[in-house]
Amino acid sequence: MPDIRVHRFAGRIDAPNPFWLASAPPTNTGEQIMRGFDAGWGGAVWKTIGEPVMNVSSRYSATDLNGQRMMGLNNIELISDRSIETNLREMAEVKKSYPYHAVIASLMVASNREAWHEIVARTEDAGADGLELNFGCPHGMSERGMGSAVGQVPEYTEMITAWVKEKARTPVLVKLTPNITDIRTVARAAKRGGADGISAINTINSITGIDLDTFVPRPDVDGKSSHGGYCGPAVKPIALNMVQQIMEDPESALPLSGIGGISSWRDAVEFLLLGCGSVQVCTAVMHYGYRVVEDMAEGLENWMRTKGFKTLDDFRGLSINRVTEWKHLNLNYKIVARIDEQKCIGCDLCHIACWDGAHQCIHMDRVSGPVNGQVELHDGPPTIEWRTRTSITTTPVTRKERAAVAAGHGPFPTPLARIPRVDETECVGCNLCALVCPVDECITMVRVDSGVPSETWDERTKGAAVAIEPQHS
Amino acid sequence: MSTATLPDDLLLRERFGDLKPPLTPQSAVIEANRCLNCFDAPCTGACPTHIDVPGFIKRIASGNLRGSALRILDANILGLSCSKACPVEVLCEGACVMHRYNHAPIQIGRLQRHAMDSFHATGEELLTAPHGCRNVQVACIGGGPASLACAAEICRHGAHATIIERQALPGGLNTYGVAEYKVRTTDSLREVEMIRRMGVEFRFGTNIESAAALDDLESEFDFVFLGIGLGAMQRMNIPGEESPGVINALELIASYKTGRIREINGTVVVVGAGNTAIDAANAARRLGAETVYLLYRRSERDIAAFEFEYEHSKQEGVQFLWRRQPYGIRPAERGRLLLDTVQVQEVDKNLIPIPDSHFAIECDLVVPAIGQSPFAQLVQELRRVEVRGGRIVVDPETGQTGNPRYFAGGDCVNGGKEVVDAVADGKRSAQAILKIAEAAYA
Repeated sequence: MPDIRVHRFAGRIDAPNPFWLASAPPTNTGEQIMRGFDAGWGGAVWKTIGEPVMNVSSRYSATDLNGQRMMGLNNIELISDRSIETNLREMAEVKKSYPYHAVIASLMVASNREAWHEIVARTEDAGADGLELNFGCPHGMSERGMGSAVGQVPEYTEMITAWVKEKARTPVLVKLTPNITDIRTVARAAKRGGADGISAINTINSITGIDLDTFVPRPDVDGKSSHGGYCGPAVKPIALNMVQQIMEDPESALPLSGIGGISSWRDAVEFLLLGCGSVQVCTAVMHYGYRVVEDMAEGLENWMRTKGFKTLDDFRGLSINRVTEWKHLNLNYKIVARIDEQKCIGCDLCHIACWDGAHQCIHMDRVSGPVNGQVELHDGPPTIEWRTRTSITTTPVTRKERAAVAAGHGPFPTPLARIPRVDETECVGCNLCALVCPVDECITMVRVDSGVPSETWDERTKGAAVAIEPQHS
Repeated sequence: MSTATLPDDLLLRERFGDLKPPLTPQSAVIEANRCLNCFDAPCTGACPTHIDVPGFIKRIASGNLRGSALRILDANILGLSCSKACPVEVLCEGACVMHRYNHAPIQIGRLQRHAMDSFHATGEELLTAPHGCRNVQVACIGGGPASLACAAEICRHGAHATIIERQALPGGLNTYGVAEYKVRTTDSLREVEMIRRMGVEFRFGTNIESAAALDDLESEFDFVFLGIGLGAMQRMNIPGEESPGVINALELIASYKTGRIREINGTVVVVGAGNTAIDAANAARRLGAETVYLLYRRSERDIAAFEFEYEHSKQEGVQFLWRRQPYGIRPAERGRLLLDTVQVQEVDKNLIPIPDSHFAIECDLVVPAIGQSPFAQLVQELRRVEVRGGRIVVDPETGQTGNPRYFAGGDCVNGGKEVVDAVADGKRSAQAILKIAEAAYA
């Protein structure tokens, strides 16, 4: 049985698993967090505690995609609107009932030393296992000089982190905003300020959409809206990139709690492979409830079992150095697309994608006879569609006619005329066809031997490979 | 002049509830999102009118319902009735790639109905080229789907079309012949009204039966499109066929759809096993008949009806008598009939009666539904329009007959296929006529 416990994250934080509830509505109250722990969450970052705020009505909006709800979620809710006393009293109760779960307090107070010292002391007295400094909230609080207003200025980040470290006895995590040109500048500042760890990323500035009848962007607050913070599955690629940037940079790298669109164990594994020690989840819980953690934990364990990993440290960070600068990629690595005729269903999306969006090398010419070569040699999409739409088709009414339609398929499940063919002499190996194909493993990208040794752009421009270049001039 | 309408018959509506109920707006969007949006989609290829199926489906998904409907109507002016009457299982939905993707095919017919219902609810008129911008006069004989499609296409391009129909109501079999749980007569008439408002002229109760009438027609019109459908159904040629209580399947369907038959009691025997026979048998059940037999001289695997129609008929409670042939009809007590039948077996493609297998079925109604015999004598004799095997012979690309002024399409050409085939024929003929006219005036 693989061990998915988290040991000594950022020096001192233990948890039964790396799945933590992010600081957000699912961690608003002690009652919620205890239900979350009962469902299987290994830790929770309390919704940001500070001087209570007032919120507006209508706070969330979302981006749907082709009928799939909440690809991205946007919010303009502020930090906790409950008193510091209430939050800390409940935190003490939670810690008493769940001593082995990680309870981390997210904090945000005015930018002065005394205010930070006071809140740190009170929170640690309540039993928090760690502190997360909210330097990332991009809406509302930032207008008052807090949240991302701090996280966007490296000097402020360093200064406040240092103030907190003067007082804190528990690990201090700095939560970073992605709304900045290079996240490493702030990560480095946090590290210089003495942070024990980093949480990244916070939400991304966003307007999710506009009501086409009222012209008011969502969420609508009495005829006006305000930019919010974007999260959910749509932001995962952005988060992964920033996590990699931080972990690869020696001046930034710290124990990292990964955040951003994590909805499944697969997403979580990706963050761990880029070096995260734990992950935080919000949108998936807001969409489906605390129960989503069950599959996350089981899926992680099953994956570790098949890979032979016994602890999280066995694979943590394995992908960090698999990301490199473009100039270090092998220019002579060559792959081409192969279509499995037995699996092809004949949607022909690869053909249109290749012709209109890539390099015009997937053709509908299995029946007419395959021809390799440049674009002019082939019938393009308009010709193919015109042919269909000017053909005469009749309803197969008699049994004989229906049998004729069913026959004549050729050796494959899909009629031969509808199975596209890849011209490997022109294929650049871009992957687009495999990406649009709806059938698993129907189109695979196969390595072909280019017969040329590996060479990167960096090597090429340094003259390292001149010897094997043909001499043109 | 407005095209005539029928009052909404609530009893009929209740007894013949939609076989495929409409989609709700959200379920339509969910279903539309399932569509893979194939390139050169097989559903489009399988549709005789080549409706841009992914095109109209993705417009439903994006909330562009008007655009969706116009996309359908652009290819098929009878998009509403086709969405309900088409045997989609052997057409668009049968061709859906989802069959090979471990999924049910996209419900193309119901999605098309969704788009068309919303369009017809707005009562919007279709745009046409300025009327008379092309100086071509076309007569369309017969008011069914082929003629409607031909006339609409002619008018859409600014030429003039007149539909000449011998019945009181337009729409042909769409109005009189398609099972009510598929296409309602009111739907058919609503569609006709849209076509009338495009500028198509209608003349009702007009029969072209004489040489003089043909001369008049030719002096008034440049081209004649024959969308005359098929004539009366074939006779069984057995004694007693003229008895009261014998009513052919098409007549039965037309009668209940127009309110002339409201109820059927007792036992009904339908003779034949095509799609029309099934429609008639199902109708008899729904109109109240306790027992409905479908009598067929060959076996279950020989029937002409689509598999899904046969399955549907079993659900309706129709009972089947295979390899049984009728040979006479006699009167029985209390106005009932005795249908004499015998069991047959097939020997070298001949049906041989089996000795001692005779029995008479006592019933209240006998409904022959054994194919329709075409009728096109007049033009054949007087205008060199070739008729072979009861069908008008045309060039399949253009619908043009041996006489270059005469075109034809629909059942009178194909011997009885679907509404959508008739629409495709009518549209093709219209385009060919416009092309010829264009060349002549150029």
